[in-house]
Amino acid sequence: MKTLLLHAGGDEDTRREPDPLPNGEDLIRDLELDTMFAAMADSNEFLFDVAKRVVLSSLQSPTTIRYRQQVLADCLAHPEVVRELYGISVEAVDRRRMGVFSLFRDNPDSNLSWAIGLLEVLVPLLRRLRGVADRNSGQFRSEAFQRFFAMILDELNDEYLDEVERHIHNLQPRRGVQLGAVVGRVGKSIDYRVLRPRSRSWRELMPAGLSHSAFSFQIAPRDDAGFRALSDMRERGINQVANALSQSAEHIRGFFGLLHTELAFYMGCLNLHERLEAKLEPTCMPVVNEATEPTFSTTGLYDVCLSLRLGERAIGNDVDAGTKSLVVITGANQGGKSTFLRSVGQAQLMMQCGMFVPATSFRANIAGGVFTHHKREEDPTMEMGKLEEELSRMSEIADAIGPTCLLLCNESFASTNEREGSEIGRQIVRAMTEAGIKIFYVTHLYDLAHGFEVRHADDVLLLRAERQEDGRRTFKLREGAPLATSFGEDLYRRIFETTDDIDMAHLGGTNP
Amino acid sequence: MRRHEQAESDSSARPAGASDPRSGLRSTTFQSILHPRPGAEIADAGEVEPEYFRDLNLDQMVDAIVANRAPYDLKPFLHLRLHDVETVAYRQEALQDLEDDRLRKAVDDFAEGMVLMRRHHDYALKLRNRCHRNRWLRESVKVYCETVTSLGDDFSRIEVGSRSFQGLRDHLAGYMASGYFTALVAEGQSLDQEIDAIRYTVQIRGDRVTVRRYEGGDDYSLDVERTFAKFKQSEVKDRRAEYSAFSDQNHIEAHVLDLVGELFPKLFARLDDYCSRNRDFVDEQLARFDREVQFYLAYLDYIAPLREAGLMFCYPQVSTRSKETHVTGAFDLSLATKLVHQQGEVVRNDFHLSGGERALVVTGPNQGGKTTFARMFGQLHHLGALGYPIPGEAAELFLPDRIFTHFEREEQLETLRGKLEDELVRVHAILSEATPDSIVIMNESFSSTTLNDTLLLGTEMLQRMVDLGLLCVYVTFVDELASLSEATVSMVAMIDPDDPARRTFRIIRRPADGLAYAAAIARKYGLGYAQLKGRVES
Repeated sequence: MKTLLLHAGGDEDTRREPDPLPNGEDLIRDLELDTMFAAMADSNEFLFDVAKRVVLSSLQSPTTIRYRQQVLADCLAHPEVVRELYGISVEAVDRRRMGVFSLFRDNPDSNLSWAIGLLEVLVPLLRRLRGVADRNSGQFRSEAFQRFFAMILDELNDEYLDEVERHIHNLQPRRGVQLGAVVGRVGKSIDYRVLRPRSRSWRELMPAGLSHSAFSFQIAPRDDAGFRALSDMRERGINQVANALSQSAEHIRGFFGLLHTELAFYMGCLNLHERLEAKLEPTCMPVVNEATEPTFSTTGLYDVCLSLRLGERAIGNDVDAGTKSLVVITGANQGGKSTFLRSVGQAQLMMQCGMFVPATSFRANIAGGVFTHHKREEDPTMEMGKLEEELSRMSEIADAIGPTCLLLCNESFASTNEREGSEIGRQIVRAMTEAGIKIFYVTHLYDLAHGFEVRHADDVLLLRAERQEDGRRTFKLREGAPLATSFGEDLYRRIFETTDDIDMAHLGGTNP
Repeated sequence: MRRHEQAESDSSARPAGASDPRSGLRSTTFQSILHPRPGAEIADAGEVEPEYFRDLNLDQMVDAIVANRAPYDLKPFLHLRLHDVETVAYRQEALQDLEDDRLRKAVDDFAEGMVLMRRHHDYALKLRNRCHRNRWLRESVKVYCETVTSLGDDFSRIEVGSRSFQGLRDHLAGYMASGYFTALVAEGQSLDQEIDAIRYTVQIRGDRVTVRRYEGGDDYSLDVERTFAKFKQSEVKDRRAEYSAFSDQNHIEAHVLDLVGELFPKLFARLDDYCSRNRDFVDEQLARFDREVQFYLAYLDYIAPLREAGLMFCYPQVSTRSKETHVTGAFDLSLATKLVHQQGEVVRNDFHLSGGERALVVTGPNQGGKTTFARMFGQLHHLGALGYPIPGEAAELFLPDRIFTHFEREEQLETLRGKLEDELVRVHAILSEATPDSIVIMNESFSSTTLNDTLLLGTEMLQRMVDLGLLCVYVTFVDELASLSEATVSMVAMIDPDDPARRTFRIIRRPADGLAYAAAIARKYGLGYAQLKGRVES
């Protein structure tokens, strides 16, 4: 019995969980994914871990992505049924964690009682699962759920469940099992206790003043043999059935464990969806472009993590890069450039794990990998200076990246002066885009951005963070060539010339 | 301390220290090895780590310096810069004395004795059986008396030149001659002798343990050995377990000792009386010395391997009036510690600010050691203002009222504030607190905006600092800032002309030349166009 709600049923290859992205930790940090995982987890550690693992294991086949999208669509259409199923799986795994059943593998008696104890918990849960299937199987549209419910109805029919309960009844621990448990539990300490009264009685017969120590510790191991022979015989008797029953119990537990894990991902999706829906943020199922050529086209794309932190809605962007392989983003400081870059990375990862995306529409090709190159704080071990640290990380990316991949650069190579930072950036962008890599590059290096505008007009989309007449930012990006200046002067004036006498704490709240 | 102060005042009435021709101080005036004026205390403010510690790597360095000395709680001392020349000189003298191996050994022995004393004492206080506890209390007093006496003997042989150690020496002489201390020693010794002479036996019968006065008999193990001697073929491993003197004795053994006490009631009553009379037996000044001297030793130990590797340290000449700054052969201490450990080469640099010069503007290629230089500048001023010898051959330094640093930090979405705004707010806060006597170190500030902004904002900030007249280091990639005014001095990170990717870490006083060999370094990482294309297409 396999659940197959997360991994497609077809051939073995699609069923296997994809390898987690090797740069997962960088992605979490640069795209601030922990905020999204936390929303998916809704304070549940397990949901957090599953969300993290699944989101960071990008699918590479359009078929499997669509398989999950259909499952998720079912989940969004019947959230209460999915929550009920998940609740059943939680009960199955939670009771196990409570440590009620201790498991001694080498002892048939405890195997048996463990198995019976576990089955007494799990069998009623199987009946409830059947009940859910009975009531709801007709309403689910996805291939995965239809198969799942059909399997439950077929395999867990009444006749089968009755049979299971009969076995449990027959094997209930009675006198024999109880005795075994006593022998098993006493173990070595019984030797000690047996010898103790005997040595005391010896000592009573001894004349005072003689040493007794020679006796006490050596006799114990030898006198145990009788008991062991007896218990061995008994345990051999119940070994086979205890083994079979405990294996069965473990299989059922494993089934619930799988269900628990697979549904945990969809639970995470439901939790996130509810959070976004509550603040009227749009979501949509992304369209996967099956061709490998770079594609990017979206409307209303927003940073889902920023939205989760803000009280109000996040500002979305409409960007149509067509099949261009380079998008350069320039413009006002804190004009929404980094936010946009994060939203691109988030949406790509969400699409490739079968999730909805934070946008009103989204279409992209499948990326062989998502890579981020963001500025980092100075290396505390002092091995490298800033530029060299950046180059070293880019070199690591170059080792792993290849055609169809997505690279997000945030102010890369700004740690050296503008002329040279631009030169380094230019060489890297050229080599990568020619190799079929799609790049989003946020930069204030005018020299770099301007160079692309002039030389590669056909293959580059230039975006600019907006600034209105009064100097306010809209946090929206528009197509536009880079400007030679930035907006540090605004900030300088605000902070140094108008607030010299004002409490610094006011500054935190001035942003929209 | 009440009891012993009273006893001691008898002896200090005759001023042992005042008669010493080498010292103008009387023993009663000695308070602290760290501070020249009696009664002057180190403020509690040192509990908080200064904000610039992290940027200057002083946090790691201080952690390393105080490592293994946790009980002394030295960090507050290392956080608190001095602002007066006299105290710096007082400490420098003490440190110079401590560089004499003989004095160093005497102080180490003293510290070791005090540790042992405290360990015995703490252990004793955990014990519930009276005799058992008193035995350990007496043991700690004994260690204390021996430790103090030994330090006194050492001082009679070793010449000390510093006011602090002369003060300590004179105090110690007075204390050792006091009625309190001599009685503490003599009474204790007589008790020890009598207790050591006690012999008793323990008989265990069933659950019954009987303790008796000793009435003869030999070690039975010797009989056993003799009996089985004929089986002995060769030496075998000694299988006796080693027991620590501090292992918790169980309550049975403790009870046995209590019974022994009942066998010798008068003797143990005297011991009890001795212990309760001498509950606070440690001299206050010596206890303080014990902690404070570790402030010196910790640092000397920290720099010892560096000196062994041939690096020079010097006692800077400090001033609160002149901002003349001259430093030769200086280096980043935290980096050097690491390099010496890895047997790497430590690059030393010189710098000076004279006349109206106030700002060192450091430019040049990345990887050139600019950040290291900026850190070093801050470290030197902090360490020098603690009274420590600083990494370098010779130095003349200003004692600043405050030190501020502004090093680039990683962007945090939490603040919901752009990085540049965040930087400006931080720099604004610095400039509103800084005075003409402050030091400000800015490392690549405003580097995440455009060249225009970096230049504009850099010019504004640097001009404000120069106008204030404070000392500052400004690391930037904008060459124009290096020639801003008469007060700015241009320092350039040098590159090896034969191998642009190799770092020399030399920072030289010369005009900014705009050369940064970033492209060469890119090639070093295989990120030139042709190299990279080959890598990503394969």
